[in-house]
Amino acid sequence: MRLVLPNPGLDLRIPNYEDLNRMDKEEANDRPKWDNKAQYILTCVGFCIGLGNVWRFPYLCQSHGGGAFLIPYLILLVLEGMPLLLLEFAIGQRLRKGSVGVWRAISPYLTGIGIASMLVSLLVGLYYNTLIAWIMWYLFNSFQDPLPWSQCPLNDNGTEFVPECQQSSTVDYYFYRVSLNSSASIADSGEIHWPMVVCLLAAWTVICICYIRGISTSGKAVYVTAILPYIVLAIFLIRGLTLKGALSGIEFLFTPDVDELVKPTTWLDAGAQVFYAFSIAWGGLISFSSYNPVHNNCMQDAVILTAITGFTSVYAATVTYSIIGFRATEKYDGCISENIMTLLNAFGLPEDNITASNYETELNHLNSSYPDTVLGLDIKTCDMHKLLSEGVEGTGLAFIVFTEAITKMPGSPAWSVLFFIMLLCLGISTLFGNIEGVVVPLKDLNMFPKKWPQEALTGTTCVVAFIISILFAQQSGLYWVTLFDNFAGSVPLLTIGLFELIAVVHIYGIDRFNEDLEFMIGHKPSIFWQISWRFISPLIILVILVFYLVTQAQEELTYLVWDPNSVEFPTLASVPYPSWINAVIFFLAGVPSLAVPVYALYRLIFSCCRKKKCIQKKNEPNL
Amino acid sequence: MFEKIFFLLCLSTALAEQLCRPEASDGYRVRLSIKTALGDEAYVWNDNEMFLFRATLAFAMRNQISGQEFEVSNIIVCDETPRVSFWFVVTSPQNTSQLVDKESVEEAVRKSRNRINSAFLLTDKTLEFIGIPPTLAAPVNPDTPPWLIVFGLVMGAVGAGIIVLLASSVVQKKRKNDEKPDDEEIDEETRVKTVENSAASEGIYNRSFSDDERFTHM
Repeated sequence: MRLVLPNPGLDLRIPNYEDLNRMDKEEANDRPKWDNKAQYILTCVGFCIGLGNVWRFPYLCQSHGGGAFLIPYLILLVLEGMPLLLLEFAIGQRLRKGSVGVWRAISPYLTGIGIASMLVSLLVGLYYNTLIAWIMWYLFNSFQDPLPWSQCPLNDNGTEFVPECQQSSTVDYYFYRVSLNSSASIADSGEIHWPMVVCLLAAWTVICICYIRGISTSGKAVYVTAILPYIVLAIFLIRGLTLKGALSGIEFLFTPDVDELVKPTTWLDAGAQVFYAFSIAWGGLISFSSYNPVHNNCMQDAVILTAITGFTSVYAATVTYSIIGFRATEKYDGCISENIMTLLNAFGLPEDNITASNYETELNHLNSSYPDTVLGLDIKTCDMHKLLSEGVEGTGLAFIVFTEAITKMPGSPAWSVLFFIMLLCLGISTLFGNIEGVVVPLKDLNMFPKKWPQEALTGTTCVVAFIISILFAQQSGLYWVTLFDNFAGSVPLLTIGLFELIAVVHIYGIDRFNEDLEFMIGHKPSIFWQISWRFISPLIILVILVFYLVTQAQEELTYLVWDPNSVEFPTLASVPYPSWINAVIFFLAGVPSLAVPVYALYRLIFSCCRKKKCIQKKNEPNL
Repeated sequence: MFEKIFFLLCLSTALAEQLCRPEASDGYRVRLSIKTALGDEAYVWNDNEMFLFRATLAFAMRNQISGQEFEVSNIIVCDETPRVSFWFVVTSPQNTSQLVDKESVEEAVRKSRNRINSAFLLTDKTLEFIGIPPTLAAPVNPDTPPWLIVFGLVMGAVGAGIIVLLASSVVQKKRKNDEKPDDEEIDEETRVKTVENSAASEGIYNRSFSDDERFTHM
């Protein structure tokens, strides 16, 4: 398909090859650049590898057929993720501008894509940094023994534990009540929880200092934030494999269930995960690659990054599930012991009569001899499968499942510190790309006075973002974060990705793009890239987008709340959203997605009006 | 004579049995989980251990109700099961057919719980008095929350870092501004030299172009 829309004046807006070579030789100091290639690769790796690799991918893997899920994941990684990655790298390196600048250079009507990227980066950055604030809170609280989430507080007269803690668990109580002080609904904002404000302040200050001079400071920080998680994961892997039950967790994760491959939801979830995993359409990657020398081999970079992302996802999933397996085994053993005790106490049998090995046979024996008594005891069934699948996605994984597992390990504070430092590094390195995708477009859009140095830009952005994110420090903050997670980071990214592909292939021109790549790396991209850019990737994204919109429109919007008064407590209750939430969802998902056509339309009208005025002026007789 | 003694003995045991029944109003059930607590080092539960238990309980009662001298015979035990659980009641030393009320027994056990546990190398969980919940250990609550300390350290380090970075960029700018007047002086000299050179080479040297080049600002 060689459909290319007319794009007059393109050559005037972009530097030509001679200019590029000259700029490369002269090393014009106006634009920041990487100290070395390793810094660039590490920054991109840090940006792509984030919290989602630890708490979203393992859950998807396990719930969609274990080892079998790797097949759609890896296929879509190569067919959908890699082409888009190379597209962003190449366009940034060629046009040497941030996301707004690049799209504005391709066509002024397309500036909307850059604006949309900026809005998405901003909205996602706000809630992502709140997650970092929660991680920091847990990190600060890990420097004590025993860990605060291993014990329940006593009630007023000291006879028993607080009922909310008694009914749920110490870790649940600590997360929902002590850390967040959650209310029971998103409409009930409650008051601002000051420990959270303090942690938000810490989070935004840390980001500010790391990015204060742009990539010259963040480029140094990534040496730590990108490499440390791998080391910590290795330590946890070794520790995890020595714990009892780790292998059952890993087995559970990777046991393939080939039937899942037939279901379309598996492929759709894999596609969506690949898309978000690569942090495409946030604008950060375009910015980062624009600081590269012109002849940097971006195709190699795209392939390397894809391989690293795939490997890290599997690696993190293995570690996560070894720990989950350990926790599930501990809980299972505890459940069985409890049941054994109940039976022994009820029937007055000596302690050795029933052990874990003969539990089943003895239970059946007693049930057949004294069915009424056994029924009256209310023995809980201990289900290993259920224990392995509970609470293993999202924030629940890190703050509830993992923290509980850590309390059961000897030397808990050390493991807790390590774990939360790893999460912190993963999150901060992603935020570098995020804040790059916010500050650089704002600069390109001339939102800041030109005289301001980089420090002032970073500082202003962080201060404003901190003030807005105090929204998440309210008692309903958890529900706002979930809302943002579901809507700000899903549909807009898919639409922006689609627009990017269309813009480069049809408005910039795929032939011109191929020539650019030949100029930059020395050879034209092979037939694989051509087909993916033109057909496969846009098709995949379109299918995911349509399917997602259709399912969302059909379902009633509900969310999970922590409500001690609900019937299902301690399980989270599913409650429908209030009606005003639709306006918020439209703002989060609709505004960035619609920014592209709206801006193009606005520009069209604006230039039409100007042309009319010009023509009018020309036609007016000279005064 | 012997018959009388025999009769009295039978009567006392019968009375004791009557006083101590499971679910009696003033008694408690005790349950020991020795193997769970001690594993391989568990001792066997026999009559001697039972004697120790009764003696410990008598000790607890003596501590609680001062003045009254409880003996081992005042602690009556019945309904022993292989689980190692049994029921006990406490009789008053002054009147062996009267039971000490539940509340006093509970208070006594609560006060001396630790001593009773240690006599048997057990804990609150493995030596249970059904109906007397153990006083729970209060969670450790340090005066200054440790997280504030860590937070203070982190913020201090970050704040210092920000100030250092900002100060260094201000200093750099000042240095650049100071260097510019120096550059101008050097340019002045070279300009004079070129004038002299050009005068020597007998040409009209138009200085306007060269001046522009030197003052190209970044």
